[in-house]
Amino acid sequence: MTTAPAIELKGISKSFGPVQANKDISIRVMPGTIHGIIGENGAGKSTLMSILYGFYKADAGEIFISGQKTAIPDSQAAIAAGIGMVFQHFKLVENFTVLENVVLGAEDSGLLRPSLARARRELKALADEYELNVDPDAIIEDIGVGMQQRVEILKALYRRADILILDEPTGVLTPAEADHLFRILENLKREGKTIILITHKLREIIDATDTVSVMRRGEMTATVKTSETSPQKLAELMVGRKVSLQVEKSPAQVRDVILDVQNLNVTDEKGVHRVKDVSFNVRAGEILGIAGVSGNGQSELLEVLGGYEKGSGTITVNGQPIDLTGAKSDGRSRRERGIAHVPEDRQREGLIMDYHAWENVAFGYHHDPKYQNGMFMNNAAIKADTVEKMERFDVRPPDPRLAAKSFSGGNQQKIVLAREIERNPDLLLIGQPTRGVDIGAIEFIHQQIVALRDQGKAILLVSVELEEILALSDRIAVMFDGRMMGERRPQDTDEKELGMMMAGMNKGEAA
Amino acid sequence: MDLLTVLQVLDSTVRLATPLLLACLAGLFSERAGIFDIGLEGKMLAAAFLSAAVAYTSGSAWVGLGAGIFASLLLSGIHGLASITFRGNQLISGVAINFLAAGMTVVVAQSWFGQGGRTPQLSGAARFEPITLPFAEALREVPVLGPIYYELISGHTALVYIALLFVPLTWWILFRTRFGLRLRAVGENPAAVDTAGISVVWLRYMAVLICGVLCGIAGAYLATALQASFVKDMSAGRGFIALAALIFAKWRPWQALYSCLLFGFLQAFALRPDVIQTVVGFKVNGQLLDVLPYILTVIILAGFVGKAVPPRAGGEPYVKER
Repeated sequence: MTTAPAIELKGISKSFGPVQANKDISIRVMPGTIHGIIGENGAGKSTLMSILYGFYKADAGEIFISGQKTAIPDSQAAIAAGIGMVFQHFKLVENFTVLENVVLGAEDSGLLRPSLARARRELKALADEYELNVDPDAIIEDIGVGMQQRVEILKALYRRADILILDEPTGVLTPAEADHLFRILENLKREGKTIILITHKLREIIDATDTVSVMRRGEMTATVKTSETSPQKLAELMVGRKVSLQVEKSPAQVRDVILDVQNLNVTDEKGVHRVKDVSFNVRAGEILGIAGVSGNGQSELLEVLGGYEKGSGTITVNGQPIDLTGAKSDGRSRRERGIAHVPEDRQREGLIMDYHAWENVAFGYHHDPKYQNGMFMNNAAIKADTVEKMERFDVRPPDPRLAAKSFSGGNQQKIVLAREIERNPDLLLIGQPTRGVDIGAIEFIHQQIVALRDQGKAILLVSVELEEILALSDRIAVMFDGRMMGERRPQDTDEKELGMMMAGMNKGEAA
Repeated sequence: MDLLTVLQVLDSTVRLATPLLLACLAGLFSERAGIFDIGLEGKMLAAAFLSAAVAYTSGSAWVGLGAGIFASLLLSGIHGLASITFRGNQLISGVAINFLAAGMTVVVAQSWFGQGGRTPQLSGAARFEPITLPFAEALREVPVLGPIYYELISGHTALVYIALLFVPLTWWILFRTRFGLRLRAVGENPAAVDTAGISVVWLRYMAVLICGVLCGIAGAYLATALQASFVKDMSAGRGFIALAALIFAKWRPWQALYSCLLFGFLQAFALRPDVIQTVVGFKVNGQLLDVLPYILTVIILAGFVGKAVPPRAGGEPYVKER
């Protein structure tokens, strides 16, 4: 006897205006399996799952749950059909307790007390069953993201979900937390739950899933058994051409110290001590990668170096100290000292999304004499310069009059990179270079960073993606809770050791 | 200063705090659900006018109250339509409601009654009369407690007691019922409510309508209990003071009562130049006294609130994200 699929989608299509996000998608997810859906940003994964969760209505197609044709007009219907969803951005009420969040929308009656009491009992049972330990009375904003994610899973289980959809669940987790998550998912699978895991991380797919479906440009291009495929094959299916997952680079030709940071301390406006006594240096011709879970002081470090956060300590660039407070501690002074900065959050710090590409290319360098025409801006010169840069950095489409927001994540990043790298800086600060960037563009951006290193520039790379840190860095430093946990060479370490350091554990100092 | 003077000031504190309290709780429901409402003032004013006009015409204060609530609900509906359904700017909608009410009340009053934009004086059953609580007369002679019971606790209109009852009721609804949990959630993170399968729009409309009812009572109180007619601009900034009290109370019901009593006390105090003279020791200019409550409002808000975190989704229309 064959069992009916837990979920079967037939011919799902969905358009947003002229954009077809899902084209005739069919997929079968068998019960009691972990089914991965992989694809680049904008491939239509999230849209498809939103249709399944009743957030959007499909233009065409049918949904079958356990063999039964089911209409899912809203989230209520999805919950009733036994579908639970853990969104990439958690849908929790920050100042409510865990218990209140679990109960919200699934209360038994008009009065809260009995619902809360029952939820407390059930949470305890669920915690014992699936390693899902959470303090029911903790306030959400006081607990870590890993814990918050467990609350989301508990929410779904409390609603009797048999099918659990997780959208990019590991983006905010440490490697240890991610391992814990996958253990929970294994437990759930053993209890017969069906899990759909949406991710762009090939390694997770290989490690955790039984079956994997690949999406590209709104279409489902393949569904294969995970055991019968490889990261290389999946990457090709995602991108539609051969891609290199390895970064080609020769040994570093290290020269003089460009950036030297001694005893840097940063306290933010809320009075939280973000960076604690941090010291390191970066030499010409090398890439120093700073690994760490986001929120452990790396952002503040970049902000001080970039000139938009105050700090105390000593920082020298090319042997000359730079100001950490006062009028000369701004971004323009930094740029004049040969520091270029590709910020972590390109949509808020790197670009003005509503402005044209050519305007964005001039930002920060608008004092450049070649952009001036007497007392006016020479817009024609800026546009011509932008076209040139766009061609060199393969920005598509190469139209300087398009607003920054009209470009894909990868192309936005290329615009920022072009602006900063083409200034021939001595030191490049680069945060999360490939966040929200598709695989094809990742390859290009990594090549650019390595090329800059080979020209003898110093590069400070901050990334939460360990794979990226390991692939690009010549030296790796790990930050945890505002401190440097130590330095490693990529050839002497691995993800496991770095993961421990990112969680604040250090097994003695190595070379 | 004798006990009686103190009691008189406190008694008028209660009377003056009542409209503030009702408007403050109205704002509390709305803002806890994520809909900022600076139109409390306009709703009170519209309710004051219509309640006085209908109370005069019908001869019943209670019918007037119903009309006041209706007027306020109408404006609430407009605010809801603008800020929930059409996702407009909540501040602009609120300002528009204030202007609309300020202008319309006078124009309609003039064409209805022809008395220069006011309503005729209310008397008898057209006005809410003070209620003497049981045994108030009998206990009046008991030292200290007697006068407190007689002067301060007894002798208010029904609306004062209703307003006071709304404090525990609001607390209970917010923190002990399913509706309250959802209401608070929708003001903090509507996406959480939406993904839980609950309608954000329905919840927010409910909150805005409750706000309308409470503002309606507040307005009716002004014209048919505190005063005995509608006069131009009679809300006199109370809607804004109520908002200040709401911030001071950090959007919590019991604290709303305390902060409204404080603002009511400032108003009552300003009405008694003789008392002020005994306290400060010299005669204070009358106009200065009139602005005193407002100045103190600014000082309290600027200096004594501390960190007041409004509901996090406040002021933001909810749009499903992709």
